[in-house]
Amino acid sequence: MTTAVVTGLGITAPNGLGTEDYWKATLAGESGLGPVTRFDAGQYPSRIAGEVSDYVAEDHIPSRLMPQTDHMTRLALTAADWALADAGIDTTDMPEYGIGVVTAASGGAVEFGQRELQNLWSKGKEYVSAYQSFAWFYAVNTGQISIRHKLRGPSGVLLTEQAGGIDSLGHARRHIRKGFPAVISGGIDAAICPWGWVPQIASGLMSTVNDPARAYLPFSEEAGGYVPGEGGAILLVEDAESARTRGAATVYGEIAGYAATLDPAPGTGRPPGLRRAAENALADAGITAGDIDVVFADAAGVPDLDRAEAQTLTALFGAHGVPVTAPKTMTGRLLAGGAALDVATALLALRDGVVPPTANVGAADPGHTIDLVTEAREANLRHALVLARGHGGFNAALVVRR
Amino acid sequence: MSTTTATVTLADLTRMLRESAGEEEGIDLDGDVIDTPFMELGYDSLALLQVIGQIQREYGIEIPDDAVVDAETPGALLALINSGRATAA
Repeated sequence: MTTAVVTGLGITAPNGLGTEDYWKATLAGESGLGPVTRFDAGQYPSRIAGEVSDYVAEDHIPSRLMPQTDHMTRLALTAADWALADAGIDTTDMPEYGIGVVTAASGGAVEFGQRELQNLWSKGKEYVSAYQSFAWFYAVNTGQISIRHKLRGPSGVLLTEQAGGIDSLGHARRHIRKGFPAVISGGIDAAICPWGWVPQIASGLMSTVNDPARAYLPFSEEAGGYVPGEGGAILLVEDAESARTRGAATVYGEIAGYAATLDPAPGTGRPPGLRRAAENALADAGITAGDIDVVFADAAGVPDLDRAEAQTLTALFGAHGVPVTAPKTMTGRLLAGGAALDVATALLALRDGVVPPTANVGAADPGHTIDLVTEAREANLRHALVLARGHGGFNAALVVRR
Repeated sequence: MSTTTATVTLADLTRMLRESAGEEEGIDLDGDVIDTPFMELGYDSLALLQVIGQIQREYGIEIPDDAVVDAETPGALLALINSGRATAA
């Protein structure tokens, strides 16, 4: 069977812009959470976010693209540029129809969309940007990356809320197995504006604690919801043989196992699908739970969801059976970008032999019986399991192998 | 419907192109571009739609929708706007 490997990473995260800045901050436990500055959140119950700071769009995006792109798409284009540069791949050397783009999205470019809808209502149709025709659309990151790099391979967008980052990588692997040499994948999201905020408040899962150090405490006794963030990761997924042939400088690891499940409808009494996703991903990788060296948890930060995940981990690995971490405590939950960033982080952990910490959570609720890593921990890592759950019943699991 | 006396110059147009749609790398809009097709300047129909929207708002005029297709160069677009075919909105 064809092997799909990751040869390039591009990261835009609230606690670091660029892979090495992010990774350094993450290992040091430096959080990017803080009061919302992208809009006036004063009237809302939740006022903490993980914002990508120090990002100057004009430094990264050509002027022709500025009027037609949302903040989200600019971050995605920047991360894609970095992933390709990191991989050292020259897309013009590849077959014209050889490279695809598969990214994850949630609500699309809601900040751009909100602005133009406000223009429509308050000023009239003459004031709506012509670029509203596509700039808001949830497939826009895939489209703009594809156009910018002239990539005509199989492309698409996956919407499974927070699980999307993993599902996009699973789908990229399918394309590799069909014979395409490379796929740009992952996810970048940015919805820190009223239109992106209000539906998340309505879910009832968002934290209303307005202290950045106490707002998002997954697996803690004090867990009280999640904090949203923006950013994510773009990964270059490549056929291992093709990467070898072109002399790829870095192979971060293999996408060894992937599975996705959907929870049963509420009220059926059947168990949630996270465990089945994890088991299927392990089976797909041809390994057993004992081979997993670290788990990057979904870490919802909502007590019931944390309990369900901790029970799944205990059932799979035994009590305190495997190191579990949630570096997303330093970025917030990044919607479609979150699981992609977790996979990138897992690959960096494998590379350097260190488990990044879960920040701000002093210790897990003893009832959870998991080995929650709260300080960076050195370890010989070969396999990492990344878990993600998306609102609406989506579960996804990915095994990466060094 | 009354005709308008507004006059839009090439300098006005290039300023609005930059503001509405940006400027393609390697293209000098301050050069001799009056007869250069918009496509060669890096502007597609959406970019033209965007700049025409700005012209309409700034000058309070209405430019026919088919200008996007018919006016292939800055000169042609300016001629259309300044000929009086554009109407006061």
